[in-house]
Amino acid sequence: MNPFLDTLQSLRDAFGSGKTRPAEFRAAQLEGLNRFLKENRDALLAALAQDLHKAPFESEISEISICQSEINLALNNLHSWMKDEHVSKNLATQLDTAFIRREPYGVVLIISPWNYPLNLVLVPLVGAIAAGNCVVLKPSEMSKSMEKIISEVLPSYLDKNCFAVVLGGPQETTTLLENKFDYIFFTGNPSVGRIVMSAASKYLTPITLELGGKNPCYVDDNCDPQNVANRVAWFRFFNAGQTCVAPDYILCTRETQEKLLPALQNAVTQFYGKDPQGSPDLGRIISDKHFHRLRGLLGNGRAAIGGQSDEQERYIAPTVLVDVKETDPVMQEEIFGPILPILNVQSIDEAIAFIRKREKPLALYAFSKDSKVVRQMLEQTSSGGFCGNDGFMHMTLTTLPFGGVGNSGMGMYHGKFSFDTFSHQRGCLLRSSGMEKLNSLRYPPYAQRNLGLLLSMVEISHKGQCTLL
Amino acid sequence: MEQLVLRARAAFQTGRSRPLSFRLQQLRALQRMVQECQKEILGALAQDLHKSEFNAFSQEVVSILGELDHVLEKLPEWVAPEPAKKNLLTMMDEAYVHSEPLGVILIIGAWNYPFVLNIQPLIGAIAAGNAVIVKPSELSEKTATLLAKILPQYLDKELYQVINGGVKETTELLKQRFDHILYTGSTGVGKIVMEAAAKHLTPVTLELGGKSPCYIDKDCNLDIACRRVTWGKYMNCGQICIAPDYILCEPSLQSQIVERIKETVREFYGEEIKKSPDYERIINLHHFKRVTSLLEGQKIAFGGETDEATRYIAPTVLTDVNPNSKVMQEEIFGPVLPIVPVKNADEAIQFINQREKPLALYVFSNNNKLIKRMIEETSSGGVTGNDVIMHFTLSSLPFGGVGNSGMGAYHGKHSFDTFSHRRSCLIKKLKMEGANKLRYPPNSQSKVDWASFFLLKRFNKVRIGLFFLAFLGILVAITVKFQYC
Repeated sequence: MNPFLDTLQSLRDAFGSGKTRPAEFRAAQLEGLNRFLKENRDALLAALAQDLHKAPFESEISEISICQSEINLALNNLHSWMKDEHVSKNLATQLDTAFIRREPYGVVLIISPWNYPLNLVLVPLVGAIAAGNCVVLKPSEMSKSMEKIISEVLPSYLDKNCFAVVLGGPQETTTLLENKFDYIFFTGNPSVGRIVMSAASKYLTPITLELGGKNPCYVDDNCDPQNVANRVAWFRFFNAGQTCVAPDYILCTRETQEKLLPALQNAVTQFYGKDPQGSPDLGRIISDKHFHRLRGLLGNGRAAIGGQSDEQERYIAPTVLVDVKETDPVMQEEIFGPILPILNVQSIDEAIAFIRKREKPLALYAFSKDSKVVRQMLEQTSSGGFCGNDGFMHMTLTTLPFGGVGNSGMGMYHGKFSFDTFSHQRGCLLRSSGMEKLNSLRYPPYAQRNLGLLLSMVEISHKGQCTLL
Repeated sequence: MEQLVLRARAAFQTGRSRPLSFRLQQLRALQRMVQECQKEILGALAQDLHKSEFNAFSQEVVSILGELDHVLEKLPEWVAPEPAKKNLLTMMDEAYVHSEPLGVILIIGAWNYPFVLNIQPLIGAIAAGNAVIVKPSELSEKTATLLAKILPQYLDKELYQVINGGVKETTELLKQRFDHILYTGSTGVGKIVMEAAAKHLTPVTLELGGKSPCYIDKDCNLDIACRRVTWGKYMNCGQICIAPDYILCEPSLQSQIVERIKETVREFYGEEIKKSPDYERIINLHHFKRVTSLLEGQKIAFGGETDEATRYIAPTVLTDVNPNSKVMQEEIFGPVLPIVPVKNADEAIQFINQREKPLALYVFSNNNKLIKRMIEETSSGGVTGNDVIMHFTLSSLPFGGVGNSGMGAYHGKHSFDTFSHRRSCLIKKLKMEGANKLRYPPNSQSKVDWASFFLLKRFNKVRIGLFFLAFLGILVAITVKFQYC
């Protein structure tokens, strides 16, 4: 039994009617999203607090503002993004019109996770709508309060014929994926990513997978330990560590570790006070399952900072682990919690070798006063994105594409990249019926003399190259 | 199989495929290969597809030489980092996108253009700094063998390898891990490739096919339209992924179209088409039988002659074709051109939209508005208006499919982008920590207010506002720094 057939058919019919194509329609939907954010701000903040104990500050900068920016960007640029992109022509096509037309795919599926349950629903949604698609949203069932708002409140701000929300857990999602979509945008972990890609292959559905991994953070000896500690700690413990681009582990020498530890303790105390559990600015773990998973990791190595936990509140203290071995469980999976292991290396070369042995991460961080060191790390590794001397600030720039590589994902979005991701780029060449004499060079029967002329018509622009034979 | 791929990976890990100079050197070597081995290449193509030298040269070799020239000229530009516009928070930093190689690329080529469809992707993969495994189609045997022989003579033997074999070897190859797979071929196998790629989370570019419709409007230069269609349809004996698969037109045009195509065929291939050196043959017996069977029960306006011994099928046109008949159910990939009469453009658009999205769409009309409408109300990989095939030859246009006809695109810079990872880079300095204090807890309402003030792009269009903001930002940073230091 396929419970989604009707919903999908009506979306497909709506798309087929062409109503999502005009810029006015798309802009109206985006304005709807604007109103949704403005009119439900308090409810959204409350939902984030409920699901993740997210402080208003964190919610503001990592969820609401980002969504707002993306909506505004799309509204401001929709017309220019939708315009045909004229391309350079060769000799044979000089008199023709050649352009790339960006078209919607059709019915698009967006599957979002629980860690930034507003951001990771709305930002892809903005791209899909701006590109002219109909959308099915499948928000995460784990962030229950936000799921409620998305399914009960959001639809009233959008055209009901072109937009649907589907709820459920892994079972329902599996059934959903048995249907045909024209594009699938998935944010989550690599193993589910494989399942999504496999399901997509049955219909040859193009996809974007925003996955994760263990994001290495290299700290050079030549640095200001307190500055580094502030930055690393903030990005690590933000949202209680439940961020796909958070620095997952530190690589540094023993001596730097000795300088970092007090600095990190300093940062933690400054940020969250002597008793972090009492701080309103520290988040909580999303579920009991993840809480227990993380609590198990606290026993790896030795907790130099933190190490406490509280099952009732699903609270895990901001923790820094030392004496961690490469083979420990904490180094086998993406941590996704407020635990920061430090592994020792003797040199940057060792750090680079360590990183290259493993799967390509979503983000990579390098801290050093010496820009040559930062550059070396950048050049000799691969990752989705890279930030030198800070945490995931690169994500806040909508002019930088955000996405993974290898195990951390495929495809990208944010800003115009979202629009392009949800569009099919159709190459168009419009010729005239004239100039047929020129064309006759290509028709049989062939004579040797045609060859030379033909050669000069195609793309041979490099001077001095002797290609005539 | 595993060993060969591991060898390519080890070669990639040494980093030698990355420097621009190395890539240019390999591309130049490829250029020399094409020029020096031309005779052998043309010979192999002639044997595999009964292709005349001119055809082989103009359809395969020229494209490659053109692509090489283009890439050699533009590559230094493409590898340069692309600076990104910054916001207030990152004003003092370096922000750019850096294109990096993915690693080991697998290129699976098709048999119909066995040279171009292996070498053109190879050029892009090399240009992007990767190691490459090329798996040519076993159906175009001579070309596959030749590529395995000459490629290692000119290119780095470990980084770029040719692996030959049939279904068994390809299946084995697909079990290995690659960093991108570009497959050209059928929809059915495309699904298998993507499924195999899913196990390793390998991104794919699938250049598949479908039935590319060709709408001929009553308001058009019929002579020219029919000449161009004839050229594109019977080229390579119809074995092109972007051949005009079938014609849609008003019933009154059918007989005129048939006449003109017939005349043009005579002009192109002479009275005894079999004897024309410019007319190719079907690749093998299986496809010969398949295409021949599509003629059953059809109204053959002209053509229809076949000769199994030489796998010859005459240029054929079918009229009043029923949309439900076999010839309209699969991509023809042969020299058979069905004409399906439709009432008007509206019906043509409906007809096209009821079917899978094709790789190419063709429209012939003097009415620009009609052409625009056909493009707007349908979807396809690419479009050529008032001609066929030609959008393939302009490498500034991305070449690829959509829906059942494929995903991803390549040619020119699009190849470079396909085979690269575009990595976002933000480089900050370790100083100016004062400015950061704004973001650290403990939080307060004022911080929340400042945050929304800074992050919301309210002053997007007002330059003065932006400068004011910047000034304010620096002021705040200095104030905060003094407060906390």
